[in-house]
Formats: sequence, C-alpha cells, structure tokens
Amino acid sequence: MHGTRILDEADRLMTVCNSCRYCEGLCAVFPAMEMRRAFSDGDLNYLANLCHSCGACYVDCQFSPPHEFNVNVPKTLAVARAESYAAYAWPQALSGAFARNGLVISIVAALSMAAFILGFAALNDRSVLFGVNTGPGAFYKLMPHNAMAALFSAAFLYAILALVMSVRAFWRDIGTPIGGRADGGSIFQAIRDAGELRYLHGGGVGCYNEDDKPTDRRKLYHHLTFYGFLLCFAATSVATLYHYLLGREAPYPWWDLPVVLGTLGGLGLIVGPVGLFIAKLRRAPELLDEDRYGMDVGFIAMLFLTGFTGVLLLLLRETAAMGPLLALHLGAVFALFITMPYGKFVHGIYRFAALVRYAQERRTAA
Amino acid sequence: MGSKYDVLVIGGGNAALCAAISARRGGASVLVLEGAPKFYRGGNTRHTRNMRCAHDAATEILTGPYTEEEFWEDLLRVTGGQTDEVLARHMIRESKDILNWIVEQGVRWQPSLGGTLSLGRTNSFFLGGGRAMLNALYLTAERLGVDVEYDAEVTDLVIEDGMFLAARLKRPIKGETEIRATSLVAAAGGFEANIEWLKQYWGEAADNFLIRGTPYNRGSILKMLLAKGVQEVGDPTQCHAVAIDARAPKFDGGIITRHDSVVFGIVVNKHSQRFYDEGEDIWPKRYAIWGRLVAAQPDQIAYIIFDSTVVTSFMPTLFPPIAGQTVAELAGKLELDPAALEKTITEFNAAVRPGTFDHTILDDCRTEGITPQKTHWARKIETPPYLAYPVRPGITFTYLGTRVSKEARMLMADGKPSANMFAAGEIMAGNVLGKGYAAGMGMTIGSVFGRIAGREAAKHARN
Ligand SMILES: Cc1cc2nc3c(=O)[nH]c(=O)nc-3n(C[C@H](O)[C@H](O)[C@H](O)COP(=O)(O)OP(=O)(O)OC[C@H]3O[C@@H](n4cnc5c(N)ncnc54)[C@H](O)[C@@H]3O)c2cc1C
Ligand code: SF4
Ligand code: SF4
Repeated sequence: MHGTRILDEADRLMTVCNSCRYCEGLCAVFPAMEMRRAFSDGDLNYLANLCHSCGACYVDCQFSPPHEFNVNVPKTLAVARAESYAAYAWPQALSGAFARNGLVISIVAALSMAAFILGFAALNDRSVLFGVNTGPGAFYKLMPHNAMAALFSAAFLYAILALVMSVRAFWRDIGTPIGGRADGGSIFQAIRDAGELRYLHGGGVGCYNEDDKPTDRRKLYHHLTFYGFLLCFAATSVATLYHYLLGREAPYPWWDLPVVLGTLGGLGLIVGPVGLFIAKLRRAPELLDEDRYGMDVGFIAMLFLTGFTGVLLLLLRETAAMGPLLALHLGAVFALFITMPYGKFVHGIYRFAALVRYAQERRTAA
Repeated sequence: MGSKYDVLVIGGGNAALCAAISARRGGASVLVLEGAPKFYRGGNTRHTRNMRCAHDAATEILTGPYTEEEFWEDLLRVTGGQTDEVLARHMIRESKDILNWIVEQGVRWQPSLGGTLSLGRTNSFFLGGGRAMLNALYLTAERLGVDVEYDAEVTDLVIEDGMFLAARLKRPIKGETEIRATSLVAAAGGFEANIEWLKQYWGEAADNFLIRGTPYNRGSILKMLLAKGVQEVGDPTQCHAVAIDARAPKFDGGIITRHDSVVFGIVVNKHSQRFYDEGEDIWPKRYAIWGRLVAAQPDQIAYIIFDSTVVTSFMPTLFPPIAGQTVAELAGKLELDPAALEKTITEFNAAVRPGTFDHTILDDCRTEGITPQKTHWARKIETPPYLAYPVRPGITFTYLGTRVSKEARMLMADGKPSANMFAAGEIMAGNVLGKGYAAGMGMTIGSVFGRIAGREAAKHARN
C-alpha cells in the first residue's frame, strides 16, 4: 500500500482515529486528519510532522494497548516522522546519515574540527595555543578572522542549501499545489504556534512523559533549548555586524550585547538539553522511538556542547585554557552546522512547514 | 487491608468516581474497588464522549439554551413516558450544576465540535473523550486521598435487613479479603457483558449480540443486591442498543464500530427484505433504535445497502464497506440471494418520488406504494459500485436496576429506604430510562446520582 511499513501502520491508525475523533480537541493532527478520508504517503508524513509527541492521545485513548485495536499514535507518528527526514533529505545519497548513530557522527565531527583548528594554530605559532591572549582580536590569533568566517560561512551556507532543498520536497509532497506558496497570514500563525509550542500541551494539561500524569517540563526544556539557540544565533549575528560594520573585534566585554545574548543563550543551551535528555531517559518506553535514540541524543549533545564550551570560554578566556576551549567551541559549532540537515535539527523545520500548511488548510476550510 | 472505611464505592467508572470524590469532599474516608485491571478501569465510561445537561444560556462549549423543560420533553419522548417523573426532573435540575462541578474535578470540555455529529446545543463533549475524563477524575480522587484498588472484583456482599456490613473480594494477587464500611455506594454498571444473563430474556439470540463496552460489567453486584432484598426497577429486555458492524469484536469495540449510514440507503435482513422505515427520524433517535430492530431479525443480522454517491456523506468507518459492481455481485459477497436483493432494490427504486434531498431536516424525498415506506431521504440506489455494511445489535447498557430515591438511596422490596446503601449510574439507570435513549444521558445519570450518592453516603457515615 504505502512506501514503508510504518506508513501502513500510520494509515491504519488514522482510519481508526477518523472513525473515532475523540482526540480532535487535543492538537492539530486530528483536525488535519478529519479533512481527509484517504491518506497518501505525503499526507501521513504531514500528519507525522504535525505531531509534537505530547503523549496525550495515547493516555486518553480507550484503544491503546493492551486493547486489541492497538492504537499508539505518538509512537507510530514519531517513527514515521523520523523516517520522513531521511525520505526528504538532500542530497538523497546522504539520507542514510539519519540512520547511523548521530551522536558518534557529531562528536567525531566536532573533535575533528577542533583538532584541525588546533593543528592550524600550532602550525602558525605554538605560543598562541597555550599562551594567555587578551584584548580585542585575541581569538583571531588562533585562526585569522577571515579564515574562520570563510570556513563557517561555507558550512552554514551548505546547511541552509540542504535544508531548503529538503523542505521543498516535503512541502510538495504534503499536498500543496505545485508552486503553491504559503500566505503571510498562515506563516504568521505558524510562527505563533511554533513559538509557543502550542501543541505540546496535551490539550491544555501539559505533556505526558514517564506516566499518565501530565507535567509541563518537556515544554519548558524545549523552550530553553530553542530560545537559547536563537539567542546564540543572535549573538553571532550581532558580533558579525560589529566586526564588519563597526570594526570592533571579539572578545567583547561581558556587558556588551553579543556577550549578554551569548551568555543567556548558552545557559539555555545547557539547562534545556540536559532537561530534555533526562526527560528522554525517563520517558515511558511505549511512547519512545527507541531506534532513533542516537539521532535525538546526538543533537541534544551538540547543542549542549555548544552552550557549555561557549560559557566556559567566557569564564576562562583570560587564561591559558582559551586556545583549546575556543578550538572545542568552534568544533562543536561547526559540527552542529554540518550535521544540521541530517539530524534531529530538521524536526523544527518540517514541523514549522507542517504548521504553515495546517494554518493554510484551516483558512481555506473556514 | 483490615481498616474500616466510611464509604465503600464498588465500581470504577464515572458514577463511582463522582461518588468517591463527592464523599471525600464531604469529609469521609473512601475506598474505591474496581474489578478491572488498571488499563481497563472505568468500564463503559472509557468509551463515552459527551454528556447531556440542561442549561439556560449558551456557554463557551455549548450553544444554548437547553432548558429543563426541553430536556424533560426529550426524555419523555424517548422513553414513551416510562420514567419516574420525580427522579427524572430532579436529575435534570441537578444536571445544570453538574456542568460546572465536573470541571471543578479537573475534567475539561472541548470548546466546539467539528465532525459529522451535531449535538453542540444539548451535549458537552469531553476534551480527549471519556478516558481523558476518567484520568482527570482519578487524578483528583487520588489527590484528595481516596484509596483505589484495581483488580478488585467484589464477589459477595454482607447485607442484613437492608443494611450493608461488608464486601468480600477476590484479588488475583493479594487473595480474598473482607472489607467493612459504614456506607456503600454501588456503581458497578449493568449486566450487558453477561451473555448468559441476557439469554434469560432474549433466548439464543443473545449469542449474536456484540457488547460495545467493557467485558467487566457482568452485573454481579446488581444480582447480589436484588437477591438481598433491594427493589428491582425496569424491564430486563430494555437496553440501549445500536446497530454496529458485524465484524466488530465481541466486547469493547467502542464507538468506532457504529454506523450512521442508515438514512442514506436501505436496510435488509438475511432474506433481502426491508423491515423498517430507514427515513423515520434524524440522528440521536435513529441511532438508538436500530440495534433493537436488528435484534428482532432472523439470526440478528442485517445489511445497510447504499451506492457510491453517498459514501462521503457520513463519518468514515473503521471497517470498509463491502463492494460489488452489480447488485448480484454484492449479494454474492454478502451471501444473500441475488435475485431477492435485486427485486428489493428495483422495487425500492421504483417507489422513490422526486424531492429535494437535505439530510439535516426531515426532507420531502420519500417512497410511495411500498411497505415499509421510507418517509424521508429516499433516493434511488443505482450508481455502482454498490456497497454494504453488515450490522448486528451492539448492546451499550442495560436498564434493569435497583430502585432508588432522590437521595440515591436504595429502596428495599418493601418500599423502605435502605439504611446505608446508595446506587448510581448504569446500575440504577432504569429508574429514569424505562426504555429508549437520548445521547449523553448515561453520563448525566452517573454524574448526578454519583455526586448525590457520595454526598449522602458520607453524611450517613459521619453521623
Ligand atoms: C461505546 C459506548 C459509547 C458511549 N457513549 C456515551 C456517551 O457519549 N455519553 C453518555 O452519556 N453515555 C455513553 N455511553 C454509556 C455510558 O458509557 C454509561 O452510561 C456510563 O459509562 C455508565 O457509568 P457507570 O459508572 O455507571 O458504569 P461503568 O462506567 O460501566 O463502570 C462500571 C464499573 O464497575 C466495575 N465493576 C463491575 N462489576 C464489578 C465488581 N463485581 N466488583 C468491582 N467492580 C465491578 C467495572 O469494572 C466498571 O469499572 C456509551 C457506552 C458505550 C459502550
Ligand atoms: S487516539 Fe484513540 S481516542 Fe484518540 S482519536 Fe485515535 S482512536 Fe480515538
Ligand atoms: S501532538 Fe500529542 S495529542 Fe497530538 S498526535 Fe502527537 S502525541 Fe497525540
């Protein structure tokens, strides 16, 4: 019937749910499902990416196992979602990267890059590596700013290209008319829904994790991670503007905008991922997509490492540890960039696209 | 266990939990004994979706108003007057306040309802359905300090002169035990899952019934109470039954096996004969009569037959329709006599009079010159593929029960009130529902009388 076994199962569940509809008030998945009577692969991938894995429809379902109808929407959609990332990956040749252990790949990438930077610095001038460097431009003794910028822009641009190509394939498959554009209103609605994680609330009570008692913590950790990431991104952007527009070189004093943004973001990236990781350890196995554990944990680890080395760098930048720490920090950021299109990072992008589509469907239906 | 509770509640569904919470809020120590394992806790309540309550004005969740008088008239119509007016009016009055009380216990309502059902004025829908509603009630009960035991089937009741003394229970792990309590609330459901008992009234036909809800409602508590002198109420053959897919599991198939396509086609029995006006009435009522109609047919089976023009007019179904390019092919797949089915459809088509189809009102599409007539929504069945759903009686719940007073206190056979025994929910539904059903009343009966029973049981225990 469908491309994969998990899509067959998702189709079976959506047929059950569509004749039940008790969960229609819980999240966007069910109303979106109700707009359809038959489900293509693209439809199922769309629904899978609309699901925020809050677990409510499992705890609330009268047919969840051990009932013979065996309805487990969160887990089925989690697996389908993870498989959809590989299905839409660009270039397709790299889609296998999702299946491999994301944690190992990211750490290897981060360490290789750190080693590369260290080697690069060592070749130039051993003393910078272990010496104490302070004042504007101190960082660039390790690696000249232009080299750094070139390397990271390349990695970043590649990530953006790969992501755009992937999400384009997804967008087409989930049933938007060819060349169909998202309208501003729907995008705005989706930004709000994604920004407040509207559907990670089990219909209002909170998220289900280790048992049938709802708590809001996964939502909180997710917010810390997400906004931490955005703040770090903002810090980098401001620093880049400082560098090129104002000619001011890093490191900046602690009270300066890039450092304030970066510190707050870095703290978010420490607390958030740790919280998410603990929540994942505790999560009831019947809700968890265990096969994708590595991918999820790899992404969480990279975010944590980025935040952690960043904050350490701030604390120790006036000591001899600055060189190795900077190398590690840059390594983590680099690994984050290049693994972005092939790891858990994409969940945010696809979810956002799915939310835009949902907002659009709602407007047309209204 | 050893300790003695103020209030013992038998059952684990809506009625039981409302009683437990209200007794606990009334200051009593409370134990709930649920015969089912934890996953299956909550009996038929797990499968519910909505509740019918009177209200004077529209709210966030309901378009309104739905006055007490209108509720009463609806009840009168479906029961054909077989209801205890005093109790029923009392329940309807109390239902107004239940809308809010239930929210205070943590239950959430769904803001507005999409989909194909249209009950947004009379009925409020639980956000996430009945199991979500139960989860909220259990969380609240536990938070308040109500003790709950699962896998705790009560096997005997010690009752002397209408006075409850103790309950015996069998637990698979912890073994047999006896529990004493000052008051009892019986909220253990009906006997619909007890096929042997159903057979006493329905004969062998009951073997062909499907039970839509929990397999744990075997009526054991009801039977014990009646045997120990509690007054019986209701006709044992009366129950809420709908036509559900014949391919559904024997028990616990829940809501998703129902069919609401009757108005869009015709219904024939195993001899390919129509037997009732498929166009008689609109939704809630129509829903509730077809189970009994099918139960009266040979082998308790019937087939809803329609054509491809109407498939998107009703809710999607769990089991796909059986299809044939010709009537004869369809008949073959259904193991019906092709000639007989062709004749029935040809005669039906010839009797259809032109009209303007509108399934939201009693429209003017009808037949002339055949028996039974189809008085509304009659359209020719002529566009292949021809489609069919096989249906059987799906029993929702039974009405035979214990007689109670306005205080939910059980009445003994001699008409005297029991000193300390109360009943709520399905087990006493027959007081209000002599026959027939209107959607959402099962939960109204459970919540209203559960709350009263808990309050009164606590009051008795603390005196
Ligand atoms: C598919 C379906 C859909 C329905 N939809 C609706 C709806 O939308 N709205 C509505 O108002 N009504 C609906 N009903 C009817 C509704 O389910 C019942 O009226 C209501 O649940 C009755 O509540 P209760 O608490 O009395 O019984 P139940 O919820 O059935 O609870 C009875 C409890 O008693 C326990 N029990 C039984 N025997 C023993 C024993 N010996 N010892 C210990 N425990 C015992 C059972 O395990 C169970 O937990 C529906 C029913 C079904 C089957
Ligand atoms: S998850 Fe269960 S309760 Fe929810 S819509 Fe699906 S079948 Fe119904
Ligand atoms: S978001 Fe929550 S309620 Fe919705 S499908 Fe996913 S797990 Fe179920």
